[in-house]
Amino acid sequence: MNDVLELTVGQALERIGAGELSSDEYFDVYAEAAAGDELGAYLWRAGQGSPNGGSDTPLRGVPIAVKDIFCTEGIETTAGSRILEGYRPPYTATAVRRLKEAGARVLGKTNMDEFAMGSSNENSGYGPVRNPWDPERVPGGSSGGSAAAVAARMAPWAIGTDTGGSIRQPASLCGVVGMKPTYGAISRYGMIAFASSLDQCGPLTRDVTDAAILLRAMEGRDPCDSTSVGIDGGIQLPSRTDLKGLRFGVPRELSADAEGVEPGVMQVFDRTLDLIKDLGAEVDECELPHSRHGIAAYYVLAPAEASANLARYDGVRYGRRAGRSEEPETALVSMYERTRAKGFGAEVKRRIMLGTYALSSGYYEAYYGRAQRVRTKIAQDFATAFERYDYLVTPTSPTVAFEIGARAENPLAMYMSDYCTVPMPIAGIPAISIPAGLAQPDGGGPDLPVGLQITSPAFTESGLLDAAFAIEGAIGFDASPGAS
Amino acid sequence: MIDRDQVLHVARLARLELTEEELERMAGELSTILDHVEQMNELDLDGVEPTSHVVELENVLRADEPRPSWPRERMLEAAPDPDEGAFRVPSPQA
Amino acid sequence: MALPNEYEAVIGLEIHVQLQTRTKMFCGCALSFGDEPNVHTCPVCLAHPGTLPTVNEQAVRFGLQIALALECEIAPRSIFHRKNYFYPDNPKGYQISQYDIPLGTAGRLGDVRIHRVHLEEDAAKMIHVGQSGRIHGSAHSLVDFNRGGTPLVEIVTEPDLTSPEEAREWAQLLRTTVKQLGVSDVNMEEGSLRVDANVSVRPAGAAELGTKTELKNMNSFRFLERGIAAELERQAAVLDAAEEVVQETFHFDPRSGSLTPLRSKEYAHDYRYFPEPDLVPLAPTEDMLDEARSALPELPARRRERYASELDLPDDTAKQLAFDAELADFFERALETADGAEPRTIAIWVTGELVARLREAGDGEVDPSSSKVTPQALASLAGMVEAKQVTTGAARQVLATLVAEGGDPAVIVEREGLAQMSDSGELEAIVAEAIEAEPAAAEKVRGGNPKAVGPIVGAVMRKTKGRADGGEVTRLIREKLDAG
Repeated sequence: MNDVLELTVGQALERIGAGELSSDEYFDVYAEAAAGDELGAYLWRAGQGSPNGGSDTPLRGVPIAVKDIFCTEGIETTAGSRILEGYRPPYTATAVRRLKEAGARVLGKTNMDEFAMGSSNENSGYGPVRNPWDPERVPGGSSGGSAAAVAARMAPWAIGTDTGGSIRQPASLCGVVGMKPTYGAISRYGMIAFASSLDQCGPLTRDVTDAAILLRAMEGRDPCDSTSVGIDGGIQLPSRTDLKGLRFGVPRELSADAEGVEPGVMQVFDRTLDLIKDLGAEVDECELPHSRHGIAAYYVLAPAEASANLARYDGVRYGRRAGRSEEPETALVSMYERTRAKGFGAEVKRRIMLGTYALSSGYYEAYYGRAQRVRTKIAQDFATAFERYDYLVTPTSPTVAFEIGARAENPLAMYMSDYCTVPMPIAGIPAISIPAGLAQPDGGGPDLPVGLQITSPAFTESGLLDAAFAIEGAIGFDASPGAS
Repeated sequence: MIDRDQVLHVARLARLELTEEELERMAGELSTILDHVEQMNELDLDGVEPTSHVVELENVLRADEPRPSWPRERMLEAAPDPDEGAFRVPSPQA
Repeated sequence: MALPNEYEAVIGLEIHVQLQTRTKMFCGCALSFGDEPNVHTCPVCLAHPGTLPTVNEQAVRFGLQIALALECEIAPRSIFHRKNYFYPDNPKGYQISQYDIPLGTAGRLGDVRIHRVHLEEDAAKMIHVGQSGRIHGSAHSLVDFNRGGTPLVEIVTEPDLTSPEEAREWAQLLRTTVKQLGVSDVNMEEGSLRVDANVSVRPAGAAELGTKTELKNMNSFRFLERGIAAELERQAAVLDAAEEVVQETFHFDPRSGSLTPLRSKEYAHDYRYFPEPDLVPLAPTEDMLDEARSALPELPARRRERYASELDLPDDTAKQLAFDAELADFFERALETADGAEPRTIAIWVTGELVARLREAGDGEVDPSSSKVTPQALASLAGMVEAKQVTTGAARQVLATLVAEGGDPAVIVEREGLAQMSDSGELEAIVAEAIEAEPAAAEKVRGGNPKAVGPIVGAVMRKTKGRADGGEVTRLIREKLDAG
């Protein structure tokens, strides 16, 4: 049955449809694999024998791993935080509901950086996730559990969320495909909020076609989310085999000039650019002058929104409540302060503090106001670039997977992991990461995956998937992690 | 630069109880991050409109038609301290 | 109670109006009052993780109507903001409101300029349980979220009011205006209309404003006037003592009738307003504005003009009726049923007689529709007076009976024998008797002192029990005395 674990979901769907593969067996094989999780990827598993929605639905009862940031009615949902330990939502997120309506079955809830704040999955309140390629290394974050599960064949595919790179960066570090669609493509209702104007749900899959299938099942306007629009024209499954007539731009700021890019990563990237040229595309260097300030703008905007989004975790209506002081004068305030102090981890506290400060009286214009203007400039840079280019390409992450603990003491170094991925959510445009090859980390080590990031204008997902499909074919990435 | 007293003020606004050690450490960490953030000051942003909404929508409105509320028992299930059909908290005293 | 002449008062009002929509501002829970706690809640209005607000279309419509009725400029594009603070009745930890780009600005009602009109959501209800049901000394509080999320329109005036009386009158005019729009119950006792005042004092003729204090919780027009007057007095005394007025907030206690300062909090509010990312801007279209405009009924100012010019009402009466929703409503209904009675007569009987009667009988605000007098009865009575079927004096008696018991004036007149004496023979005979019984007075009248007729008139009136018309009696007496 092991080669069943090697099938892409697209292939599995065909076989189930043709009666060659049983949907229940397919589910149970994965349930068993998930049961053997030694990477900390799962927080909850459905177990075998999950009731089948129906094999004549589009997704024919296939299993899917769901990041624990999505509310699933009656099933514990923690967002990787102790403050929501034991919390069972009274409703299900729209994205998950649509998947279930399409026939998919939830295999398990995956581990994540607490409230999606992190780039290594070391910030979970429930223990870190390990990279299947090397368990001493991080899988990336915040969707580390989802990425590791897919890479380690403990799930055929998964959904995660991306705010500054939280799908793409772990996809890159784990050697799988990860995509952040255009802001507004998929409903955010039921997706525990981190930064409302940046968060988006997206697929983590073995290949680009699976990502397209998953995206198609979830996208669309949702009356419960006023910022959702769906994708006009829907999603066409990719089929491109060459890139003739297309123009690719390579922003200097996010590639050769990027902060801390490892030589191994650059080598794989440069090699991939050659492949893109071989496929018939024109490849040129281009500029995104304000993208250099992406991290600065992001680490004001996201924490600011988060500081408000996390204010509801106060121990009043749900979640954990900690003790409080004895004096009636300070009982209520201390209840808030202690509940939040005990329930939140260090990174979450840091970002709440940063965000609160950036919005506070006297500082709003200097920080938040300024960051909003930089946001405008970054979006304008992309718009200008897209007048000339159909796609822009960059390495997804400046480095391959780093060791657990290597950046734990240095928040800013950790933030720099997102250097190449933050500009796209800031502009609201879609971006995908596909495995481009293997490289060794700076200073030596095992071969680890390197991701290629491709981005395109808002709501051009079908074209983006098509280009990614062609490049994926040319790269022919077929490595898989030893540990699984 | 952000000092310990400013950190304490912000912690109060955010309803986070921090130990003395945490206050000191945060002051350092936040200062480092803010240093990087202040890089944005290099830019001339005169006349640049701030972006508050990425998606270009307007007037997304919901019809004023009631739909059933959730049963109260369900909504109180998750409550840390339910009492007589309500959510109990210490009194504000202010 | 008046401010000493060397000072002048500067008063502004901040009004919150609860809208009479069917659902809450940001979710589809029904709006309903007086039910068991927390039976009208859902994950959205309880701020569960992952939930998102959706804007109530009718609330926007009502908000536009209020803004147009107050002659505001409507913002071509207004946005929602988050107002961040922690309190158990504020489940998200922020209130969705509007900040620097509200729905309407720069309006006017009567002599007072309107600074702004905006939409927001109401907080939940907290019941303090402990010694006296008041916050101080209570053991704990219970939160009921039924009310949480009710749509509110906030109206802020410029500080154009100059006395407590003026403030009360203007607040009543505002109430009438909103009531006529049919968008709210505007009941101060029940909390669907809340009026707070900002009050300061400065030397008469000074240009600079003094420090203002905020007064809250005055839940009737009388308390509003009283509270403002008390605070003006207090501030004048502070200035007299050569001290400075401190900016603070006072809470009006209806039981003691006085203002207590709300404890200055160690944790001061810093609302850290920023644009609400979960909602998109409101850009009222021409259609929306036309629809709102055409829904505007005749507003008080216009109605006053019509009453004066078309119905020929005296100016004072026109104003009194037009600026009081309940009186105007009663008057209009009386007009409808009246056949024969002049509007002028009906109007004067409403504002002159009925109001006085009801004030005696009841307490505080006068609402004829909650009395036993029907509009039909009043119109009928006015008609009877006009037709001289009953004297003014007798009619007053009938009115007293109507107030006490209700009923039909014609029936009451019949029953109590109050019909105006129309038989001149009978009257003449009584007049002759009275003249005989008062020879001294008769002598004086014959001697050229017409005023001496008083006692004779009095005797006739007593004998006829007020059924004779006083003018007619006097005429008859003179006739007889001249003749004889």
